[in-house]
Amino acid sequence: MRVPYSWLRDYVALPDGTTAFAVADKLTQTGGGKLETIERVGEGLSGPLVVGKVAAIEELTGFKKPIRHCQVVVTAAADGPGSAADPQLIVCGARNFAVGDHVVVALPGAVLPGDFKIAARKTYSRDSNGMICSARELGLGEDHDGIIVLPADSPVGADAIAYLGLDDEVIEFEVTPDRGYTLSLRGIAREAATAFDVPFQDPAGIQTPEADDSGYPVRVEDPAGCDVFVARTVTGIDPRALSPLWMQRRLQMSGMRPISLIVDIANYVMLELGQPIHTYDRQRLSGPIVVRRARAGEVLETLDGGERRLDPADLLITDDSGPIGLAGVMGGASTEIHDGSTEVVVEAAHFQATSIAKTVRRHKLPSEAAKRFERDADPGAAAAAAQRVVDLLVELAGGTAEPGVTVIGAVTRPAALTIPWTYPGRVAGVDYTREEVERRLHQVGCDLEAAGDDDLVVTPPSWRADLRDPNDLAEEVIRLEGFDRLPSTLPKATAGTGYTHAQRIRRRVGTALASAGYVEVLAYPFLGQADLDALGLPENDPRRITVPLANPISEEQPSMRTTLLPGLLAALRRNVGRGTADLALFEQGLVFHPRKDAAPVAPRLTVERRPTDEELASLDAALPRQPRRVAVVLSGLREPAGWWGPGRPAGWQDAIQAARIIADACRVELEISQDQHEPWHPGRCARLAVNGRLVGHAGELHPRVVAELGLPPRTAAMELELDRMIPAEEVLTQAPGISSMPVATQDVALVVDAAVPEHDVEAALREGAGALLESVRLFDVYTGERIGEGRKSLAFALRFRAPDRTLTAEEASQARDSAVELAASRTGAVLRS
Amino acid sequence: MSAPNKSYDPVEVEAVKPDEVARHRADALAAIAAAASLDELHQVKIAVTGDRAPLALANREIGALPPAARAEAGKRIGEARGAVKTALAQRQSELETERDARVLVEEAVDVTLPWDRAPRGARHPLTTIQERIADIFVAMGYQVVDGPEVEAEWYNFDALNFPPDHPVRDLQDTFFVAGRDAGQGQDPAGTGSGMVLRTHTSPVQARTLLAQGAPVYVVSPGRTYRTDELDATHTPVFSQIEGLAVDEGLTMADLKGTLDHWATAMFGDGVVTRLRPHFFPFTEPSAEVDLQCFVCKGASVGDPDNPCRTCGSEGWIEWGGCGIVNPRVLIACGVDPERYSGFAFGMGVERTLMFLNNVQDMRDMIEGDVRFTLPFGMEI
Repeated sequence: MRVPYSWLRDYVALPDGTTAFAVADKLTQTGGGKLETIERVGEGLSGPLVVGKVAAIEELTGFKKPIRHCQVVVTAAADGPGSAADPQLIVCGARNFAVGDHVVVALPGAVLPGDFKIAARKTYSRDSNGMICSARELGLGEDHDGIIVLPADSPVGADAIAYLGLDDEVIEFEVTPDRGYTLSLRGIAREAATAFDVPFQDPAGIQTPEADDSGYPVRVEDPAGCDVFVARTVTGIDPRALSPLWMQRRLQMSGMRPISLIVDIANYVMLELGQPIHTYDRQRLSGPIVVRRARAGEVLETLDGGERRLDPADLLITDDSGPIGLAGVMGGASTEIHDGSTEVVVEAAHFQATSIAKTVRRHKLPSEAAKRFERDADPGAAAAAAQRVVDLLVELAGGTAEPGVTVIGAVTRPAALTIPWTYPGRVAGVDYTREEVERRLHQVGCDLEAAGDDDLVVTPPSWRADLRDPNDLAEEVIRLEGFDRLPSTLPKATAGTGYTHAQRIRRRVGTALASAGYVEVLAYPFLGQADLDALGLPENDPRRITVPLANPISEEQPSMRTTLLPGLLAALRRNVGRGTADLALFEQGLVFHPRKDAAPVAPRLTVERRPTDEELASLDAALPRQPRRVAVVLSGLREPAGWWGPGRPAGWQDAIQAARIIADACRVELEISQDQHEPWHPGRCARLAVNGRLVGHAGELHPRVVAELGLPPRTAAMELELDRMIPAEEVLTQAPGISSMPVATQDVALVVDAAVPEHDVEAALREGAGALLESVRLFDVYTGERIGEGRKSLAFALRFRAPDRTLTAEEASQARDSAVELAASRTGAVLRS
Repeated sequence: MSAPNKSYDPVEVEAVKPDEVARHRADALAAIAAAASLDELHQVKIAVTGDRAPLALANREIGALPPAARAEAGKRIGEARGAVKTALAQRQSELETERDARVLVEEAVDVTLPWDRAPRGARHPLTTIQERIADIFVAMGYQVVDGPEVEAEWYNFDALNFPPDHPVRDLQDTFFVAGRDAGQGQDPAGTGSGMVLRTHTSPVQARTLLAQGAPVYVVSPGRTYRTDELDATHTPVFSQIEGLAVDEGLTMADLKGTLDHWATAMFGDGVVTRLRPHFFPFTEPSAEVDLQCFVCKGASVGDPDNPCRTCGSEGWIEWGGCGIVNPRVLIACGVDPERYSGFAFGMGVERTLMFLNNVQDMRDMIEGDVRFTLPFGMEI
């Protein structure tokens, strides 16, 4: 809401010297409106700028365009018969004025917006001591067709800056949806008067005539949708009458374009009182105005030229010809005011907010009128607003008010609320006095009545439909008393138990990966077909079943992710593109899977009571599954090259190791086995499982995927479902017994088939070695001629220790032999000789 | 040692004479002193203490002396040999010290050489700042709770007192999950699924109240979505942290105290908050929270010579929204508003990070450039 400061002051007796900023700041504090910007109009404009009168015009010819050399009287003393002391000679290229017209003259020394300095000069071979100004040159608007011709009663010689209100400020307030009444000068002025504790002159506080039945006939068939309808008629309007400059100026400063006198008056009154006005050309109306819902198949051409196919829920203004307006949203073209209109029917009505809101959304047709109706316009302002329009049409357009006054319906106020007078204080935590509470509620416009010693019956004013609950009233008291009155007290929360073990694990996983050299990325969780294709996912891959968005940011990525990899790989590529080659990235976040057999629509439950558990369960059943995953991607060197030697490239091993790091953080045992799964390299892909349940995959990416995505060669990745890694119950580490007896070490080298997983050999050794075994560690893998093709040699260091004695060499050897024996029977391992 | 000589020969005992012993002793000490290296000293040691060393030979001849002379000779030779031994040890120590000094100098290295063989990692500051905030509240007794990011409209809007078809819903430009009948007669805009990407963390309020009832003290950090275009100060995917306390007798003063405590814990002693009236459907009264600038503490206001970059010399920074939980929300969530009241607050995490850590461009937080994230390390 843009509020010209000079206009605001018409209704509020602000103390002298109060600045626009002071008002805006104060209203920001009290909640009357939040300061967005203050715009200084006439910025860069300085005088002398005066009202002048054209005394003579000499037409100059012989130039590219006709030029006028004018004599302009610019002092009051010179504006009389016989006084010629003054006329200034000014060259002017405009032609829309005549001798005797009053104009705006910038005299030498003046500066116009855009640092346009006016000086005496010679032009078109004539002296020119100033400039006759157009609206655009003064920053008054875009009109540059001609110069401004002022009314004949404008005082010659007067300072035009003051006369035209060129020196003004416009405060732009953010208006929250609950405070529709502040979409008007009236509402803002009321708040300002309260904030400064000064008198408020209500522009709606004017006399309105009694309704009679001689006004324009109106029938409201849907009183729920339209509870008040006021119609007035003005005839004999001079179609040539122009909007006065001050009105144009105020409309402009308020962000509206002056159009024609009748339209400007309607807009002006809307801005002033917050009551949207519609004007009909009476000669284009046929029969009574009827307010009703649309019928199937009806069509309306709105005055923006759009053809609207109406919905039966749309509230309409109609006459015998059919629909002539979308009530409260936009008028129809057929009854629109036009250049020659001389008779006007003025509509000031009140429409139900939700009906208007639905029509606006249905037709995607926001308007200034709808904006106010959606936010509960004041039904009590309709009669006064209609009167204001009538008065202005009479005054400015030479019209005649017809005596008939149509008023349908009656103004209703919001329901009265009964609250203890101490209630606002209880909400605030402040001991307000009863006087403070009553005074503030009065200032808001409420009527109060005592009920017993403790209670107040509060009836909100017609413009405050938002005051529906005791807390709404409390807010009014608290905000007007000032939020700075609130003390700062700290409640004692119920004793907590800290983080859940799942929360601790999630944090531990992040810390563990970062400690291992991974950098966390938080990618947008959107993806598209191309992302899934690039990963080479088969047609039936569950990751292709996504949750689509109706209005995605980008058509390329219209769905919620089912895998973290596209986002991570994009970040990897971005980093590579920016010159960082050695990368290890991770992300922890949700993926989204539609539930099989889910209801197509999440129901809209009641808000009048707690929904039942079954109802709540039906909501969650409709939502997609949203498990948390962790993924890593790596490329370049995992360990950098340096003066110590060459670096070590990142590879499948690191990706799988990342899963082990996560498993450690989760305190679960990770089971790793060979697998084939897109988008991984079919020979370098590990299946990750916990307690036999698949949790994810890791390894090197498929070369086709690498090529498709333009990734560095041998890019590796791991992705697993963290939720499946987190045990339902916290796993407590069991402290081991520590033996101080000496260790006995035995090394074995076992030759197995190249296809035998190391894990199987190691597991067999572990099991076969028995209780004395302390650890097994693989320290070498050998393949080569010496052991034959298709074979590999695995060298393990076995450490044995007894809790209570020094092991003999025989004991250690025996344990080793049984370990080897089991490995041999399980995996075909042969001791390397 | 050889056997004692029972029959001595005066000629043979020449070596035991005092002069001779003194000479041998002096010779030995001189040789020790002259040894320039440990190797030389080793040779000297063999020469002066070995079996063929003059003093060793002299010692052997003591037995050849008349019994009366033996004690004195023994003492003399013993003293000489002791002196030689001491000198040897001393010289050995000297030479070792010299050698050590020389060798260790030779072994000196450039300790400024880099050794960054283990790559560094980092957690995203948006993650760690959320943890830090959560830590503050957990220390106050709050629980941390989560909610889904694809959320039912009922939780995101209806339960929070956003009436259907009300302009308040337009305040939050919402991503809708495409309905199954998207684009068809009943659902031309495709927004009829009843599901959205949550526009705020506030639905967790409703979920918590429904699941736990009152009293409850929780915070909920998480991702939220609005259809803003990405630019330096907006991102369609962002994070909030939500706080909710519902208990008997909670007031706006309690809300203010809680925010003040948080501000102090996060931004330092003496930083306070300011509430300004605002509107949120799910709180009433509602307020926006300004944070007193933790850098200039308001001192830059009206002091053009000392501008503050953090608050733009306004003294206050817009931080988030808050208010008293609207009793309508309590009713929809099955909490008795006659008995319980509560407060809620929500802050933009990106914004907090921007002014806490001077992040200039929001895009830096979402692009995943490791050069942005690495300096933040493991904690913020």
